[in-house]
This record gives sequence, structure tokens and C-alpha cells, in this order.
Amino acid sequence: MVAGRSRPAGNYGLNVHRPIADQTDRGGLRPGTTSIRPAPEGPPPPPRKRSFDWRAAFVPGLISSASIIIVFGGLYWLITSAEQWPRIKAQFFNLDHMIAAAPRVAQGFLTNLQVWLIALACIGVWALVLAVLRSLRGPVFAPLRLLVVLYIDIFRGLPALLLVILFGFGIPALNIPGLPNSGLFWGGVAMVLSYSAYVAEIYRSGIDAVHEGQRAAARSLGLSEWQTLIYAILPQALRNVLPALMNIVVALQKDVALLSVIGVRDAVREAQIYTATTFNYSALVVAALLFLLATVPMARLADWVNRRDRARRLQMAD
Amino acid sequence: MSDITIRGLTKYFGDRLVLDRVDLDVDKHEVVCLIGASGSGKSTLLRCINRLVEPDHGQITLGGLSITDPRFGRTGLQQRVGIVFQSYNLFPHLSVLENLTLAPLKVQKMARPQAKARAHEVLSLFSMERFTAAYPEQLSGGQQQRVAIARALMTQPDVLLLDEVTAALDPELVGEVLKIIHDLKQRGLTMVIVTHEMGFARDVADRVCFLSEGRIVEEDAPARLFSAPQHPATQTFLSRLIASGRV
Ligand SMILES: Nc1ncnc2c1ncn2[C@@H]1O[C@H](COP(=O)(O)OP(=O)(O)OP(=O)(O)O)[C@@H](O)[C@H]1O
Ligand SMILES: [Mg+2]
Repeated sequence: MVAGRSRPAGNYGLNVHRPIADQTDRGGLRPGTTSIRPAPEGPPPPPRKRSFDWRAAFVPGLISSASIIIVFGGLYWLITSAEQWPRIKAQFFNLDHMIAAAPRVAQGFLTNLQVWLIALACIGVWALVLAVLRSLRGPVFAPLRLLVVLYIDIFRGLPALLLVILFGFGIPALNIPGLPNSGLFWGGVAMVLSYSAYVAEIYRSGIDAVHEGQRAAARSLGLSEWQTLIYAILPQALRNVLPALMNIVVALQKDVALLSVIGVRDAVREAQIYTATTFNYSALVVAALLFLLATVPMARLADWVNRRDRARRLQMAD
Repeated sequence: MSDITIRGLTKYFGDRLVLDRVDLDVDKHEVVCLIGASGSGKSTLLRCINRLVEPDHGQITLGGLSITDPRFGRTGLQQRVGIVFQSYNLFPHLSVLENLTLAPLKVQKMARPQAKARAHEVLSLFSMERFTAAYPEQLSGGQQQRVAIARALMTQPDVLLLDEVTAALDPELVGEVLKIIHDLKQRGLTMVIVTHEMGFARDVADRVCFLSEGRIVEEDAPARLFSAPQHPATQTFLSRLIASGRV
């Protein structure tokens, strides 16, 4: 490396804070005094260490456990001592019925899981296509952008239930040769179309949140518009929206049950069938438990992703 | 022959005239500093040179060829003109090495081992080779800016544009970046530098241009421009800086 001029690096005579004494007007100082402060005798002592404080360690935990026990115990007592409790128990929490219904409901729940996973994959891709089309710049893409905006407005504005019925009953009824005829397929398509409108907007907010300088940097390196999107913008955008996407994943898991209205034999449908023949609702409770079993861990995971993301942002902010 | 010639460059943002018939020549191996008040159009002028901003009127040529000439191809201009920004603009999701090799791999289609070797070479110039695996947020501002300069040098450009590259840095980190720019000058790189560091401009520039309201109203050797500015706008600008203790 060729040496620069022999000036000390970092001092170009600028931005260097001169001692305060040089800058302030000395007129106010009495002769004989200086602006230099006398050295302090030493900092004040550190706070005294306490011996282990069992109150601080245990009391809050004790109080919260006690209040949990009191509240939930109270609720339990209130419910079970109610006059109607034996009837409620027989209708909703009948163990024999639950066991009898469990295999079919679980079978139906497998359908839920399958639809959920396939729909997730389709939504992830289709929504990304929509978001990218919408964020394309240049007047050439104006009609495409308009189409995407229309799509999003329409599919966000319609209830998913309506779309499921419309697609799941309507299209198979047309009997168009060459198109699949199953309600499951078309109901799934309706879910994908509806959810993609939301997810596309989430993606877009993530794309918009990427700093303009990133685009400038990528373009200045010679990356094409397309390469800029793929290598610079989208990876950051996806990281931005991961927490929001996790919530969608959880919501979709439940909403797959909408397909039961068009006769898809998912967990809810199976439970309904059982209920219709036995006049006992315990099967629905089994389905409810299965849904909770699947969504609660996912909700916790989403929380965790959220917290981690927040921590990352805070770290970057300082 | 001059490396960059700018003639009658004019740019509007909406109705706002940001560059007003700017003429400028930069010779090969010359270092030109652009100074001027905030909003005077310095960044816009710089961004016109590598076509991040398309001017409304005027001509820019690089090595005698208009920068809009199809002979540059889709990326030839970017390969010959590097730019470094005030806010570094490193890609936060890529490591230092990946930041440096992205364009050579994807744009210039360089082979990976070659690109890596080049990255190590450039980083070692700036004594940053220890940080190849680091991510931008793990580096100090000065280190990030050195990586950004290294990234701009990966394609061995003839011209480097620097836009207030030290303005976001803590005062004690400014020196390490300015030193690199000094070294690049010794290596003969043509540079156009927007800066608020007047001491640095005086030191490194062959010529200083003062922009006011989108026009270059005065240009001169730094010694003369700083000690005896001719144009009233330059005089006001410099005397304000002196009054605020920055020169
Ligand atoms: N993309 C843009 N769209 C609209 N107006 C812009 C854009 N970029 C810059 N401007 C405006 O153009 C004017 C000149 O901006 P420019 O960034 O070139 O100034 P500058 O001299 O670099 O100032 P600074 O020292 O603050 O960086 C400013 O008034 C700014 O608001
Ligand atoms: Mg600027």
C-alpha cells in the first residue's frame, strides 16, 4: 500500500472537539481562576450488597400460583357445582362417546393437515408472485399492477366462506370436461385465492420496508431489476414479515375447517356426522381438542419468532 | 483527455430544479471534490454519473463515450463506475464476502474461486480480511464503510464516486476511511467526492467545485478556493462553516 502523506490519520483539523476551555469566552472568569475542575476525591461507594432475599425470590411466584389456583379452582367449583353440570358433562364430555368418535375425527383431522400444508405452499408462492408483480416499477407494468390491485381488493373483500361455497359447489356443478370435479380441490383453491390476497399485502409491506438505499446499491453494482429483487430485496423483505406470516399459518390451520360446509370429510365434518347419529356433542369436543393441540404450539412458536425478531431489531437500532 | 465530461446537465424532481445546466470535466487520475449546502444537488449530480438518476437534459460522457451509449451494454457502465453511499448500504443478510462477490458472480459471471480471490485481495488492501465471514451489523461504522468501498472496487472501476462517506461515522472512525481514500488517490483512481470535511477536501482534492442551487458557481484549486473564494455564495458558505468551528 502506498503511504499517504505523513499526517496523523483521522485528524484533518475538522470535527475534532477542541477542549471546552478554548471555545468559551474567558471574560467571565476571575483572574487567577482556571476553567479546569479540581480532581474529585473518588466516586461514591457502590450500593451495599444484600444477603439472599428469599422474599424477592419466592413471594411473587407464590402469589401468582396462589391466585391462579384460586381463580381456576373457583371456576371449576362454580361450573361443576352448577345444577346443569351433569347434563353438560354427559352432552359434551362423555368419555365413551369421545373414545368412540376419536378414530374418525382423527382421520378427518389428517385431511385438515394435508389441505393445510398443500394450501400453505400454494399461498406462499402465489402471494409472492402477486406481491412482486405489484412492486414492479415502470409504466410498462401498469396494467399488471392494476390487475393485482383488483385481485387483492376482490378477494380480501369477500368472505372466505362464500368463496369456498361458490368454488366448492359451483365449479363441480358446471361439469366442465378436463377440470377436476372434487369439492375438496375447488374448496382448497378458494382458500388459496382468498388467503393469497392477505399474504400478498404482507409481503408487499415487507418489500416496502426495505430501505431505498438497498435498491440503489444493488443497481449501482449492475444487478438487473430482477436480480435486485431476488438477491437484495426479497431476502430482507421475507425476514421482515416472518412474524406476520406465522400468524397466517396458524389462522389457516383453523380455517381449513370451512371446507366442511361443502362436504369435505375433515375433522369437523366427521364430528358432525357422529353427532347427528348419536345426539351427543362429545365428538365435536374431540375435534376442538385436536385443533388446539395443533395450533397452540404453533402460536407459541409464532410468539417466539416475534420476540426474537423484536430483539434483533432492538439490537440493530443501537 | 478528460475522463468524465458533463455538459448542460439539468434535472428536475417534479417542479423543483435540482441541477441547472451543470458543466464539469474530470481528468483521468484527478480527484474532484463537490461541496455545497444541503440540498444544492451534490448527490443528484453524483448519481447522474452512474445513471442511478436519469437527467432531463444534458450529456455525460465517460472516456469519450456517452453513458447512454448502447456499447456500454447493460452493465458496462456500472463496472467502470463505482459508488459508495453515506449510509454504506451493505446488504445486511449477506456476509462481507457475499456482499463483495454478489455482483462479480451474478453480473460479471466470474468463477467463484476467482471472485473470492479478488475479494480477499481488495479486503487485504483495507486490512479487513479478518472479517470476510462477518455480517455487516457485527462491524463498526468505519469497518462497514471500508467494506462498502471494497465492494465498489471489486470490478476494478476507473472512476469512484463517493457521497459523504464519512458523514454517518463517529469522529474517531472518520480517519480510517479518509486514509483509504488517500491511498486510492495515490493509486491513480479518478474520484468525484461529495464531502462536508473541508479539511479533507483541501488535502485530497485536485480541484474543488462549489455547488449552489444546482449550479457549479465556483471551481478552483483547493488552496485558492478555500483561502480566497471569489463568488459571494462561496464566501457565505465558507464563512458560516468557519463561524461554526468546522474549518
Ligand atoms: N428522489 C428524489 N425525489 C424527489 N426529490 C429529490 C430526490 N432526490 C433528491 N431530491 C431533492 O433534490 C434536492 C437536491 O438533493 P441532493 O440529495 O442532490 O442534495 P445534496 O446536495 O446531496 O444535499 P445533502 O448535502 O443534504 O446530501 C433536494 O431538495 C432533495 O429534496
Ligand atoms: Mg447528498
